[in-house]
Amino acid sequence: MSSIKMRATLGENGVTTVKVLISHPMDTGLVKDKNTGKFIPAHFIQEVVCEHNGTRLLTAEWGTAISKNPYLSFRFKGGKAGDAIKLNWVDNLGNSDSGEVAIQ
Amino acid sequence: MTSMKRRTFLKGSLATGAIGIAVGAGLITPRMVLAAWPKAAFDSKSVDGAIDSLFGKSTLTGSDKIKIKAPDIAENGAVVPISIETDIDGVESISLIAENNATPLTSSFVLGKGTLAYIATRIKMGKTGNVIAVVKAGNKLYSASKEVKVTIGGCGG
Repeated sequence: MSSIKMRATLGENGVTTVKVLISHPMDTGLVKDKNTGKFIPAHFIQEVVCEHNGTRLLTAEWGTAISKNPYLSFRFKGGKAGDAIKLNWVDNLGNSDSGEVAIQ
Repeated sequence: MTSMKRRTFLKGSLATGAIGIAVGAGLITPRMVLAAWPKAAFDSKSVDGAIDSLFGKSTLTGSDKIKIKAPDIAENGAVVPISIETDIDGVESISLIAENNATPLTSSFVLGKGTLAYIATRIKMGKTGNVIAVVKAGNKLYSASKEVKVTIGGCGG
């Protein structure tokens, strides 16, 4: 099960809107575990990269202040229906995941 | 304590190993792997410090061409929807700062050539304060801000 839910929609104005939801705890490292009383270590996505036909559309650098299960949306010109949009994320513990979706 | 450290180390090396294999198998290209996450900027406890660390300067030009969409009152500081849009030409990056967070820099978005100057995301806010958008275009920094009142903070417990 991929952690990435993504949708890319081509509008009539030639602008593609990409919307992304990622499942991730985005722990800040400042919250205490109620049962143990210890701080839950920071665990958050640091970088998200999005590409279209091998061209980079967006590089997002994130800190701990992005909400849990992050949402991201952006727009670009030059996409065609059926083109693949690729997304990859890496977190501070070295975990990563990637996803792909076709423009609708 | 030592065993805790060892555990973290083992975890870390395992995860790196998995990435290494993925790179080797051509699943992800090396340049898609974490390049230069600006740690100092994210760790900075002041707005100026974060901007200075990120851009090498902190001179901002106020701009009414930057539109920040954010709630006036956020009941839950853990999830504050923000969108930033600007019609400034040649935007290279958009950075999003929550003034009164312990570490104010929340995120920074570097835009590709065909990418429009629009970003929407959700951030955590510790308490009431300004949300500042810093837009880099043509070696200049433009900014705008909007106050968001936070009822319940969302950064810690």
